[in-house]
Amino acid sequence: MLNKIYDWVDERLDITPIWRDIADHEVPEHVNPAHHFSAFVYCFGGLTFFITVIQILSGMFLTMYYVPDVVNAWKSVYYLQNEVAFGEIVRGMHHWGASLVIVMMFLHTLRVFFTGSYKKPRELNWIVGVGIFCVMLGLGFTGYLLPWDMKAVFATKVGIQIAASVPFIGELIKILLAGDATILGAQTLTRFFAIHVFFLPAVLFALLAAHFIMIRRQGISGPL
Amino acid sequence: MSNNRVSRRQFLNYTLTGVGGFMAAGMLMPMVRFAIDPALQTKAEGQFIQTSQKIDEITDVPVKVDFTFEQVDAWYKSDVTEAAWVYRDGDTVIALSPVCKHLGCTVNWEGDSAHPNQFFCACHAGRYEKSGKNVAGTPPLGPLDEYEVSEKDGFLMLGKKIPNTLV
Ligand code: HEM
Ligand code: FES
Repeated sequence: MLNKIYDWVDERLDITPIWRDIADHEVPEHVNPAHHFSAFVYCFGGLTFFITVIQILSGMFLTMYYVPDVVNAWKSVYYLQNEVAFGEIVRGMHHWGASLVIVMMFLHTLRVFFTGSYKKPRELNWIVGVGIFCVMLGLGFTGYLLPWDMKAVFATKVGIQIAASVPFIGELIKILLAGDATILGAQTLTRFFAIHVFFLPAVLFALLAAHFIMIRRQGISGPL
Repeated sequence: MSNNRVSRRQFLNYTLTGVGGFMAAGMLMPMVRFAIDPALQTKAEGQFIQTSQKIDEITDVPVKVDFTFEQVDAWYKSDVTEAAWVYRDGDTVIALSPVCKHLGCTVNWEGDSAHPNQFFCACHAGRYEKSGKNVAGTPPLGPLDEYEVSEKDGFLMLGKKIPNTLV
């Protein structure tokens, strides 16, 4: 049945070359843990992506209940965690995933560093990787404020204070982050929400696409 | 006038780039201006807030004076309580902001018994002299802010926060 549908579509649109081009490539022996167990270090990039997918999915579902407003944000998080079926699980996925994605990204970076994979011709992909690293930290920083509890507010206060210490443009960065010259409040929360849920994920997708296209073009780096 | 002919290709390149640029600018300009509005807003400030501190009860020992005002945070209005460290220096009354200039914790007068006559921040052991001057070698990089001070019916009034004028 499924085969028939596939053939019917393939006959008209010739889709086989599309997915073959994406999926059909060799995995060399030196990156395959079935050959050398130590090759598991090559899994960290894929694991980072796996957890990123979890973050995106769980985050999309959290926005079904979450409200980015100073009066209701905390209550909406309390409600989705304690009253909604599996709320604890979905919030837990996003909460713990946020830390785990940083750990995985760090291990992946270590692997790339110690296998020397950043060297020519892969310098550009290292640079894109640094961009992804920064976007991830930005997602962690902006997401942390969203539950709007004491810890979130004071952590953000400190974070914005650190940003404000940048020479010359620090004050401007502070106002653009907080949405107000003196108050960390209603406009900070809506801004952080917009940045967390729309702006940074959009940048992340673009960088991930560049990352993967380059890997596909250049292949995985050779054995040590 | 140059007498180079403009080719059809060049003409189309210029006009399409120009029109495209206008369209892109027309789309981006409103959004960018929208996003940076907080940085360009000027607030009508400088209102003095009444405190319950009698002027003639202020001594040369700093006391913490709480004061409450209505804060307008975009669409959200709330009563906010802040505090100032207030003391007398000769004829003038001085009110210092308790917000640490390191990372924004709250400082206390003689908060550390090892350092009398100083403000102390418990977060990272930042210290300030009585004038608000930060003690070199502790984390804060600048002096405590000051409040504008005035008086009404014998009570202390506090105005807006200004950079420290004493140090
Ligand atoms: C890889 C990317 C992401 C990271 C690292 C991340 C990180 C975080 C963190 C640290 C929090 C605070 C959670 C807590 O303390 O419980 C949070 C909350 C939140 N995030 Fe994300 N996030 C990511 C992607 C997304 C995406 C794509 C969306 C939506 C489309 C989203 C929606 C939300 C929402 C609605 C909250 C508030 C609910 C809550 O606090 O439980 N996140 N995020
Ligand atoms: S916040 Fe006061 S010393 Fe760090």
